[in-house]
Amino acid sequence: MSTNECYEMDHLSALESESIHIIREVVAEFKNPVMLYSVGKDSCVMAHLARKAFFPGKLPFALMHIDTGYKFQEMYDFRDQYAKDIGARLIVDSNKQAIKDGAHPSKLGTDKCCGLLKTQALLDGLEKGGYDAAFGGARRDEEKSRAKERIFSFRDDFGQWDPKNQRPELWHLYNGRVNDGESIRVFPLSNWTEVDIWQYIRKERIPVVSMYFAKKRDVVERKGVLIPVDKNTHLEEGEEVREVECRFRSLGCSPCTGAVPSEVRNIDDLIEELQQARNSERENRVIDMGSDSSMEDKKKEGYF
Amino acid sequence: MSSYKELELLRFSTAVSVDDGKSTLIGRLLYDTKTIFEDQIKSVQETCDRKGLQELDLALFTDGLAAEREQGITIDVAYRYFSTPKRKFIIADTPGHEQYTRNMVTGASTSNLAIILIDARKGVLIQSKRHAFISSLLGIPHVVVAINKMDLVDYDEDIYNSIRNDFVDFSSKMNIPDLSFIPVSALKGDNVVDRGENMPWYDGYTLLSYLENINIGADRNLIDFRFPVQSVIRPNQDYRGYAGVVESGVVRKGEEIVVLPSGIKSTIKAIDTFDGELDYAFAPQSVTLLLEDEVDISRGDTIVRPNNIPAVGRDFEAMICWMSEDPFDVNKKYIFKHTTQSFKGKVNELYYRIDMNTLHRQKTSALMLNEMGRVSVRTQKPLFYDSYDRNRATGHFIMIDEMNNNTVAAGMIMTKPTDISELPPEDTGV
Ligand SMILES: Nc1nc2c(ncn2[C@@H]2O[C@H](COP(=O)(O)OP(=O)(O)O)[C@@H](O)[C@H]2O)c(=O)[nH]1
Repeated sequence: MSTNECYEMDHLSALESESIHIIREVVAEFKNPVMLYSVGKDSCVMAHLARKAFFPGKLPFALMHIDTGYKFQEMYDFRDQYAKDIGARLIVDSNKQAIKDGAHPSKLGTDKCCGLLKTQALLDGLEKGGYDAAFGGARRDEEKSRAKERIFSFRDDFGQWDPKNQRPELWHLYNGRVNDGESIRVFPLSNWTEVDIWQYIRKERIPVVSMYFAKKRDVVERKGVLIPVDKNTHLEEGEEVREVECRFRSLGCSPCTGAVPSEVRNIDDLIEELQQARNSERENRVIDMGSDSSMEDKKKEGYF
Repeated sequence: MSSYKELELLRFSTAVSVDDGKSTLIGRLLYDTKTIFEDQIKSVQETCDRKGLQELDLALFTDGLAAEREQGITIDVAYRYFSTPKRKFIIADTPGHEQYTRNMVTGASTSNLAIILIDARKGVLIQSKRHAFISSLLGIPHVVVAINKMDLVDYDEDIYNSIRNDFVDFSSKMNIPDLSFIPVSALKGDNVVDRGENMPWYDGYTLLSYLENINIGADRNLIDFRFPVQSVIRPNQDYRGYAGVVESGVVRKGEEIVVLPSGIKSTIKAIDTFDGELDYAFAPQSVTLLLEDEVDISRGDTIVRPNNIPAVGRDFEAMICWMSEDPFDVNKKYIFKHTTQSFKGKVNELYYRIDMNTLHRQKTSALMLNEMGRVSVRTQKPLFYDSYDRNRATGHFIMIDEMNNNTVAAGMIMTKPTDISELPPEDTGV
């Protein structure tokens, strides 16, 4: 053995290697996988890992964006450019009927609105494509009920998740066997934390939407959350638009995604801010505030 | 400017009996390392206020699903994350309830370290022995016994010592390469993250400093090169790469290799990655190997070195843990998934099961959920395997029921000839 070799692996390399292994397993064992792509930071990392997994080949599956119609313009532009840059096939799917009927959280409440525009659109999109595996960028550290999620998470032929009846998952042997109509959701980023994601984005210079960085934005304050004002915003009585220097920690639909006051303009400062942060990244997502178990209920129905 | 720090990754699992204080301990680790965010603290605080509790109940931070919230018990494996300036930690948080052996086995399968929790008032119970047994069977290199609730025994050194001696006694026959003991109070915090002032007689590591400092570099097998091919990357006629994880060992450019099962030899032309070629790769890196010769290789083949090849065979012995509600059926064919190979196979013989209450072996004709047994297996085609105690990465498999696709068992391959003195004692039935 030559003496100048080093066999140490830091945490980002270990996580990267684990994720690449997972992504390759799926492509080897499934007939028709697809990668959910939400344009957020986690999706960007996941797509990047997929590129690494099949280098020098191209992605052997499409990226699928479930569009609610309420994403920020910046996100749409970024999405289209990114798919083009890496030569990926992009599928955009949405619940057209609900959008036509004017589904909006202010009318339906966030649970119902998410159910129609995200969960239903996702289930329909997966069914239409006949996908037997769908990659999602969810992380276990995001939310309590995600902590028990498997890396290969079985869904019945209605796309439903049963948290009490999951396949045991040992070592890194994944059981991807499904019958027709059933599918597996795969979470290659299960073991990553928010800080890992950003450290990796910095290390790999992965492009992300500029909304993660601070600038002056028009916002309105709702239940202590700063909601950006754009064409989708329904201003309510007595609400006032203010200009605040802020950024987004996680990206969702414009009516439900809150910004946090911040002066972070580059990734070093962002990681610094995160490490000092005293609040979790979902604090400004209006969707989780429904009830104590709202995420778990959504997941059972088929939400990612 | 924040500096990037390279952290080592440590995966550990917990092994406890209900009420020993696991949730409190993990809550304490997360809370005292400032991993818990203010909005989460606020939500737990509100729950505590509703229940009329005086103090913040740390156990609530790791409480996961609604069903178990109702039952008040953890029912499955949950994964938790925290880091310190030294390491990133992944906790496989598993319950210690008897019927949940399968969860402990699951959590242990990926861990470098297990924390076995003992209630200082109760001492070493059969459950603790069971935990030690599972940890040794699953090949966890480091076991730390946290003797908890020291506050309830007046932080008494003698009680700590006597529990420690008991544990050392019964575990000496097990394969636990590195065993340590720490007296703690999860509730009050002593020796978890902060040392506290109640046990001046103890001068060892606190739990966190132990987790941060033990040497895990030597836990991997870096000797036996094993590369099960995951898939072939073939973007064009000029490129044919074999993608996979170096499961164990090290491989270098220019080295001679042999492909199993064909036995064809070739030389490593390149070790490729997205970030450029490497001169060498080691476990557990994901890489793509290119060979000098055009060889027909597909998923399930394994690349090794000619002078260090694994066992190749259709017959082997194993210890399996049964994980399904459906009882194990000796006459049924199952799918055996091992590295990147999946073959039909069958258990030829069930020698005995381990009685999890006595840890004695017992004659049996069936295995039920959460039971472990020693078996011999025959697969349709040969597997390329090592014995689990030599190579954790290539010594394990899972069994899948072909009918419903469930994972029904986890197995550890044992190739050593059965030495009667190393077996658990036989159950005489008295
Ligand atoms: N006095 C004392 N009580 C403890 C300690 N650790 C846990 N407990 C209590 O023991 C009970 C069970 O703890 P919990 O963490 O829920 O146990 P689990 O079932 O192992 O998760 C709770 O009432 C805890 O407050 C300790 O170090 N000292």
